[in-house]
Amino acid sequence: MSAPLLTRPRIGLAALTLVAALIVWDAARSGLPDPFRSPAPVALGSGAAPEGAHCSAN
Amino acid sequence: MLGRRLGLGLVALALVAGTALAAGPRAGLLVALGIGFGLVLEGLRFGFAGPWRAMIAERDARGLLAQLLAIGLTAALAFPLLAAAPGELQGAHAPVGLAMIGGAFIFGAAMQVVMGCGSGTLVNAGSGNAIGLLALAGFVAGSFLGTLHLGWWTGLGSLPVISAQSLAGAQGGLVLTLGALALVAALLVWRAEPGKRLPARRLFWAAALIAGLAVLNLVIAGQPWGIVYGLGLWGAKLAQAGGADLAANAFWAAPGNAARLEASVLTDVTSLTNIGLILGAFLVMRGRADPGAPVAPLAARGWAGVLIAGLVLGYSARLAFGCNVGAFFSGISTGSLHGWVWFAAAFAGSIWGLKLRPLILVPARRGVAA
Repeated sequence: MSAPLLTRPRIGLAALTLVAALIVWDAARSGLPDPFRSPAPVALGSGAAPEGAHCSAN
Repeated sequence: MLGRRLGLGLVALALVAGTALAAGPRAGLLVALGIGFGLVLEGLRFGFAGPWRAMIAERDARGLLAQLLAIGLTAALAFPLLAAAPGELQGAHAPVGLAMIGGAFIFGAAMQVVMGCGSGTLVNAGSGNAIGLLALAGFVAGSFLGTLHLGWWTGLGSLPVISAQSLAGAQGGLVLTLGALALVAALLVWRAEPGKRLPARRLFWAAALIAGLAVLNLVIAGQPWGIVYGLGLWGAKLAQAGGADLAANAFWAAPGNAARLEASVLTDVTSLTNIGLILGAFLVMRGRADPGAPVAPLAARGWAGVLIAGLVLGYSARLAFGCNVGAFFSGISTGSLHGWVWFAAAFAGSIWGLKLRPLILVPARRGVAA
């Protein structure tokens, strides 16, 4: 009896590989962000308006 | 086992540090938060779709009560924070509309078919569930396709944005929200079977931890925890690379969305927490002595059904202004009326979805390769 192909570790690793591939592909296409121009570590107290997008955005 | 867990922890730390170095400290913190969500959701088995199924099919209210507790704890901190820093923090507020209600209903049905909601699909994929991984691919495509038609759907009719704060102020809105949560909890306790009314201790811990992480998400990102926007962005980037011209689309031509389309995914808040969430779920699965049995194989039309259901999940979540996380959890915990309407519509959809599930998740016949 052969071992199942779709084991949890294999599928989980496939998910992570796809995410890593997306990040690498996107970095090659869009470039990496400049960490020295990144927003303050914490939004609260930064004085800056939130600039992220949310699922509730119209 | 301890050595493996330490190794997995070091890998996670290295990825958080690498993200911080590449994209700034906020990006690193958001990946760390996402990992935290994944660890709690998978490690303490805190879910959304499963407890709704348990309430509908078995009148077991324990998991859903834990969800309401987590939302209430988050609201207790989020309301004062939003009131104190309105220029720096924003809630998950969206209008109630026809497409929003229909989208939530369909989402509720689809999440019972694939046995995973927005966060659940990410957790399932990361923890090695093949149905979750295939549904995630559909979710990415669907949430992108939803953005293409969002303007048409919202044009069918919607109310202005209504929040608990706009009805009763910050303090009154919090009292209103906590009162409504308590009312729903009481209704659930009344409807539940005896012995299925008090959540297990792990669910209390999970609710507190999820609430803590959700508040940190608000404080660090300036916006509540969400899932769908990031997945739609991934789909849009892939579509654009495939030749799609999104400049003429109202959603992607909006300045903020156009900028995100051109920028790295490592600058997008929900992408960062989504990536961390998948990783966190993977770490829990690999850290267990037994990673668990793989999901039972499906027939070819069963796998096709999962992919389509994932697509529907993504599309409907976009129309509903969020999934169980962005609309239900974050909407209610930051005062949006659309979160409550989403809850009612998606719960009704779940009842329908449970009937559809056996028709779509067709198992492979023994001895026949799927």
